[in-house]
Amino acid sequence: MAKPKVAFYWCASCGGCEETVVDLAEDILGVVEQVDIVLWPVAMDFKYKDLEALADQSITATLLNGAIRSTEQEEMARLLRRKSQVLIAYGSCAVSGGIPGLANQFALEQILSFNYEQAPTLVNESKTRPQLKFKDNGREVSLPALHQVVRSLDQVVDVDYYVPGCPPTPKITHAALGALLAGNLPPKGSVLAPDVALCDECPRKQSRPADLSFSQFKRPHQLLADPELCFLAQGVVCLGPATRSGCGSQCASGNMPCTGCFGPTSRVRDQGLKLLSALSADVASKEESEIDRVLDGIPDPVGTFHRYGLAKSLLRRKVNLPAANGAKAGL
Amino acid sequence: MQNPMNAFPSPASTPRAWQPRIVAFFCNWCTYTAADLAGVSRLKYASNVRVIRLMCSGRVDPQFIVEALVKGADGVLIGGCHPGDCHYVEGNYKMLRRFRLLGRLLKDMGLEPERVRLEWISAAEGEKVKRVVNDLTEQVRKLGPLNLPQKAADWDKELAELQAQVEAAEAEPARA
Repeated sequence: MAKPKVAFYWCASCGGCEETVVDLAEDILGVVEQVDIVLWPVAMDFKYKDLEALADQSITATLLNGAIRSTEQEEMARLLRRKSQVLIAYGSCAVSGGIPGLANQFALEQILSFNYEQAPTLVNESKTRPQLKFKDNGREVSLPALHQVVRSLDQVVDVDYYVPGCPPTPKITHAALGALLAGNLPPKGSVLAPDVALCDECPRKQSRPADLSFSQFKRPHQLLADPELCFLAQGVVCLGPATRSGCGSQCASGNMPCTGCFGPTSRVRDQGLKLLSALSADVASKEESEIDRVLDGIPDPVGTFHRYGLAKSLLRRKVNLPAANGAKAGL
Repeated sequence: MQNPMNAFPSPASTPRAWQPRIVAFFCNWCTYTAADLAGVSRLKYASNVRVIRLMCSGRVDPQFIVEALVKGADGVLIGGCHPGDCHYVEGNYKMLRRFRLLGRLLKDMGLEPERVRLEWISAAEGEKVKRVVNDLTEQVRKLGPLNLPQKAADWDKELAELQAQVEAAEAEPARA
């Protein structure tokens, strides 16, 4: 019997998710033995033409990481969807937009203008920007256009399973691949991680006070955090209560608070708003001015609460940004 | 059961006759009772609000507020008991704290914070329900339609455009 075909692909991502696949270490050999890898741009030389030549549905599973930002990424997502029986959104960016999703606070023109004209580290006197089409020696070369909006994978194509994390841990990756190869997958649409909040597995769980009360929020660089005590008890914003577990509490073990990369549990629609709700309700004061003073300790609520999930949050994007670029089409 | 959102005048079908659509979350013990009083007293106020009764303003999850806006409301009104009067002791303070931070988040996301208002209205203040509803309706009318569902649909036009391009490209070699 032919081995199942597996593809790995990356879109708007940093490469950390690919690193996790490699981090399976010797376990990856077991996986490689059992499957035929048909596409893995970060590690192996396949051409898109090879992929196009495959019959529809002939890939058993595709693990796609990264958000969908460019026309090329969207096209590849659609192509891989067509060629795959199972499409897995792998990592925070594919699951919910991830860090690239924070760009949904800005118009594309603002981003391009900063990165190609205004950034203080930049020398670009002619203000050259990448061109979508360019003629050179009679050949026309082209670049993919950037979309106005950063999207999670399931905002572009149908997704079968989600493996969250920035990046997902080798452990849950291994479990997901194991379930896939054993044909032992849960119902479609499932997130392949435990469906309880991170606090449940946090080593600091016992030190969490029954009644939280914040009189000041501190950012991680503003204190020497107690390595045993619950972060919330120390006034540090920790997204654990609104975040799915399964990461093994790596950040808390490294004396850093949770920033929410595993996304919400199945009972919560908008992780950021839920944590905003939970934390702000526990501010100690009853006076408006004092409440504001305490809450000012969270200088960037969007970046704090929607760090990995802005693209998939209820609002998705800053609402007063243009839908299209007008005269300046594409890049 | 009929979706209460359907009871709104649809801005799409009657663009010229746009009317603000306001979702109100009223606490059972004070503001909802006050709205009841306003009704019994035959006070007239703008018909632009759709009231949802909750047991306490402390039950208003910020997700409710944002979901109302995302699904087409132009404004949201939250009514709770005056400070110190909460039936559950602290619920209205929890709402106040959430409201202060949510307002900042909404502003950062490009929404006018004036679209979302928190008011303390006791069971005896039917008159205040009238005043607040009329006032917020006028304020939202001045701000104009929010229409987030249409915005989201406009954002996603770029997906349809690419889809059309890909389909055209795939059809081409077949024709050649």
